[in-house]
Parts: sequence; structure tokens; C-alpha cells
Amino acid sequence: MSDNNLKRVVIEPVTRVEGHGKVTVLLDENNKVKQARLHIVEFRGFERFIQGRPFWEVPVLVQRLCGICPVSHHLAAAKAMDIIVGGENITPTAEKMRRLMHYGQTFQSHVLHFFHLSSPDLLFGFDADPAIRNIIGVAAKYPDLAVQGVMMRKFGQEIIKATAGKKIHGTGAIPGGVNKNLSIEERDFFLKDIDKMIEWSIGAVKIAKDYTMENFDMVKTFGSFESNHLSLIREDGAMDLYHGGLRAIDAQGKNIFDHVDYKNYQDYITEEVRSWSYMKFPFIKSIGTENGWYRVGPLARINTCDFIDTPLAEKERKEFMALTDGKPNNITLAYHWTRMIEVLHSAEKMKELLNDPDLQGKDLVVTGERRGEAVALIEAPRGTLFHHYKVDENDQVTMANLIVSTTNNNVPMNTAVTKVAVDYLSGVEITEGLLNRIEVAIRAYDPCLSCATHAMGKMPLVVTLVDHNGTVIDKKTKE
Amino acid sequence: MEKPKLATTSLAGCFGCHMSFLDIDERILKLVELVQFDKSPIDDIKEFTGQCLVGLVEGGCANEENVHVLQKFRKNCDILISVGDCAINGGIPAMRNDLSIKECFEEAYLNGPSVYNPSGVLPDDKELPLLLDKVYPCHEVVKIDYHLPGCPPSADTLWEALVALLTNKPLELPYELIKYD
Ligand code: SF4
Repeated sequence: MSDNNLKRVVIEPVTRVEGHGKVTVLLDENNKVKQARLHIVEFRGFERFIQGRPFWEVPVLVQRLCGICPVSHHLAAAKAMDIIVGGENITPTAEKMRRLMHYGQTFQSHVLHFFHLSSPDLLFGFDADPAIRNIIGVAAKYPDLAVQGVMMRKFGQEIIKATAGKKIHGTGAIPGGVNKNLSIEERDFFLKDIDKMIEWSIGAVKIAKDYTMENFDMVKTFGSFESNHLSLIREDGAMDLYHGGLRAIDAQGKNIFDHVDYKNYQDYITEEVRSWSYMKFPFIKSIGTENGWYRVGPLARINTCDFIDTPLAEKERKEFMALTDGKPNNITLAYHWTRMIEVLHSAEKMKELLNDPDLQGKDLVVTGERRGEAVALIEAPRGTLFHHYKVDENDQVTMANLIVSTTNNNVPMNTAVTKVAVDYLSGVEITEGLLNRIEVAIRAYDPCLSCATHAMGKMPLVVTLVDHNGTVIDKKTKE
Repeated sequence: MEKPKLATTSLAGCFGCHMSFLDIDERILKLVELVQFDKSPIDDIKEFTGQCLVGLVEGGCANEENVHVLQKFRKNCDILISVGDCAINGGIPAMRNDLSIKECFEEAYLNGPSVYNPSGVLPDDKELPLLLDKVYPCHEVVKIDYHLPGCPPSADTLWEALVALLTNKPLELPYELIKYD
């Protein structure tokens, strides 16, 4: 296709997402959308520069790809290094400390996304004055809600500090275990507030649910499309964010594969390279590039799991699934609702763990037979995260491969962008509010563009209009 | 009197410094009494609305786009602060400085174990900004007025520094607030 006959619309930078992004939309002479793309525009080269580093450095190093959910990388790398040191059967204290860290981070990350970044769109509408479309605007109009969001995030961050040593880029997980347990004082500090966190989480689920139901006509089509879904799943089919086998289902809910041992991920998943983004495009091998792509993250996890093992979140899951008669829900904006169900689940899990005396155990590290290769997966807040390493006899990393959560959602985000562009931008005068709709669709996936940058990029969002002679006639950068 | 403005940006950083900034938690409500947010990834202001008193920069410069944004920040901010290890010395992204971009690309897009790339394409679209040969610290690109070390600097460090600047007080950071890890 020659671009010369097309107008180009650019949104840059994409804001209120974690990282930078850029969207380009090409319009033909009748202002019909020909093509819409989300580009990841930065490149790090992690896979290469990690080679030669000692393996025990990896859990603290790799998280610095992404300060938004560093715990996910920290834990995925630690799980891989457990295998390298032959210590994958970590002690109960170690596993529970890590789980507490992970639920703390899922809680804070989801809360940050919902309250700080997305709530302005939901509370004020997509066309609201950009000057108030931020957390400070929310604080001015809904002070109680903004304070709740801030205090919930703080709670999650404090949990991370108590388990990892630092709120951002901690050191708690080490090959074969953890380097600290939880003291009674630390435990009591959290127990005193945990019921409030659960109560506020129920409130957050309600906001997301009410929003979805009150705007259902718009929500059900907005950037929506059918897709496959992928996540880790516990042996008994429960949602498990820390460990499990891989399950993929199609848009109707039929299994594509189930309980796959993730060390064989290469037999099931592969990533396509395209010239216009540093972020690769993963797909399920058996289905192929065209239809094999899938969604990950809260929506996918709720769709793939058979149940949630905490009672309040399970009740919410059932209500959510009833909306689609138990079939997978393919609505893009439903990510918000499912994300809040996971917030509630994480809060319930934290309470369960805090009451577990294993957290005060003293047995922290195990090692065994040294190995040369390891694959480890975890359900990060934004979806399935793959880490794969090879280590030589000098303890140096010789190969690293990461498929980060946001990369898994690359095709879905592009599909959502295209859908919104076609539905809302075709043949009309482009306004700031219309462009914000593209960002609303991207934001629903809570893309972590910092993660995506590891080999890839961050994304500024720009929309530029170029007429069919190639002259720029309009450029909206949402001022 | 109109409140002074504060702008923030993330160049080749991991966003951890921004997250640490948000770790000031409820103090953000006090902060907005002292200052008004301008261009920042946490709001929808995509271009400067006027001259800012303070600009916080996270991350070094890894591509031409980073350089342009940094230059814009220098132009529009009276006081420009390099926040965190990446802005100050390139940080983890600068680990690629001993390697060629070609090697990094080959690993990511041709040789990686899960790569599917039958035609051997590499990302080279005109929409992608050109990578610099190396990752540069911000002060090698523009003049930087202050450096706040840490990876990331803690929320307290950022808070103390900002409040001192905005209230015209001398800044005293105790050892605990500037030590690295
Ligand atoms: S200094 Fe550390 S926290 Fe800040 S951007 Fe760099 S890696 Fe992230």
C-alpha cells in the first residue's frame, strides 16, 4: 500500500499509561480509516547486554526494565534462578513471602491503574476537559475516592517494602528462596488495616461494575472483538497469579491447550517481528499468525480460570461471568471490572497470608543440583510473563529471552486501536475527545510500555493528519 | 499569585522514578497546593502550556526522540533535575554501550528462542525514532541543575527536594535519603 495517498493522524505521547506510546492512523481521501497502529518506539537490548552477567544478579537487574511492576520481573527471574541453583522446591516461608510480595504488587499496580490513570475517563467522560482528566482532578471532585486510591496503593507498596526491602526495585527474592521473613510487628502493622482494604476493594469493584452496566450499550462494542485468552492456571483450575500451567481458550471458551508445563512454552508460543514496532507479536503456533494471537491480563485470567479460591472475589467473578452466560467475555472495557475483582482477590489473599505463621519461619533458602537452563512464568498484573535463561559453568548468563505481559497484548491493543479508529474517526472531524477514545482503549489493557521496552519501546501517542498528497494538514497532540 | 509549574518526563528510564514520586502518597495533595502540574505522563498535558519552574527528568537519552524531549524540557524549565541513576549516568540501559546496536537487534529479533521471523525483518519503520549509538546521561546533552541519586530516589528524597525548591529553603538531605540501595 502506498502511504502517499493517505492522511496520517498521530497521537503522541500516549499519556496516563505507564510508559510512552505513539499511535498513527492513516485515512484515505474520503477520511476513511485505512490503518491504525500502536508503535513501541524505544529499544533497550536487554537480551544481549545481560549476557556475561552473573546469574544471581538477574533478579535485581531485570526489574530495572520496568519500575511499574518490578516485583513481577524480580519474582519471575528468581523463580528461574531457583531452577538454576536446584532450589525450585522453595520452603513454605519463602514461597509465602514471595506470594505476599506478589499480591501486594498486584494490588498496588491495579489500584494505580484504576484510580490514578483510568478513573478520570470513567468519572468525567472521554470528552471531559483534558486539564481535569487526571488524579488531581479526581481529588478535587471526589476527594474520598482519590484518597482511597492513594491509601490502597500505599498499602500495597508497604507490603512490597516489608517483603522485598524497598518499594521499588527490592532485593527480597534470591535464587532458591528469600532473604527475610515477616516480623510480628510488620504483620500487625498490616493486619490492622487489611479489613479496610478489603472493604475499599469491594467498593472499587462496584464502581467498575456500575460503570460497565450503566454504559453497557457503548461499553459492549467499544474497541471490542473476539479473541483467544491465555493465562497460568492452578492444577485444580483456580486462578493463581504466582504459579501454574498454561491454559489457552478460544473466544467461545473451548480449550486450545491446558495445564501445559511452561518449560515447553516454545512448542506453543512464538513471536513475530514486524518492521513498525520494537514490540514483537506473539501467537499460538498451532493456530498461526493470522488468528493465533490472544489476550492476557485480568480479563483473560477471569475468562480462563474455573474459579477463584477466595470467597468475595469468587462471588464477583460469578456475577461477572453471568453477564455472558459463562462464556468468555470479549469486551475491552471489561478489563476494568476484572482488574478490580483481582484487587479484591489480592486483598483477601494478603489477609490469608498475613494470618499464616509460616511467614515467621526461619528456613529461607534451599539449593540442590546446579542446572544450566531455566524457564519461569508468573502472572504479572498485566498478564503472563515469560523468562527464559541459560547459564554457563562460570555462572554467567549466556542467553535470556523475555516475553513480557504487554507484548502478549500487542495484537489485541492494535486491534482495539483499529476498531476505535474505524468506529469513531472515519469521515468526521477529529477532535481531542475522539483521540482520547483511542487512548481509552489502549489504557483498558493497562499496557506497561516500560516493560515492553526491554527489547522494545515506550510509547508516545501522536495523531497526525496528512492529506493524500503527503502534506500535513493537522496534527493533534492533545494540548 | 499564580502557582509555579512542575513538569516531568520519562526518557530511557523504567518509570520507577515516577512511581517513587507517586509514593509521596497523600502528600501529593499538599504538593498541588504549592505547584501546578504541567506536561507529564501522569496527566493529559502533552505539550508545555508555559514556562515551568521545575522539570524532573527520569532516564537518559537512548534515541533522538529522548534528545528532543530533553531539549524541550531545558528550554521550558527554569530548574532541570536529573532524577535517578538512569538520568544521571545512563543506568541499566547504558549496559548496551559496550555493544553494537546490531548485536542487540540480532539477539532480540533474529536469534531469540521464541522469535518467528522467516523473512528476517528488523524494526526500521520511519515511525520509530533513530537509536543513538550509546545511551547518554542527561547532563551530556543539556545543562542539568541538580542531580537526585538513587534507583529510584525514595519518595522522601523527592519530596524534600521539591518542597525545599518550591519554598525557597536550603535543601539538606540526610545520608539515608541519598544512599544507593
Ligand atoms: S533510576 Fe532506577 S528507578 Fe529510575 S528510571 Fe532508572 S532504573 Fe528506573
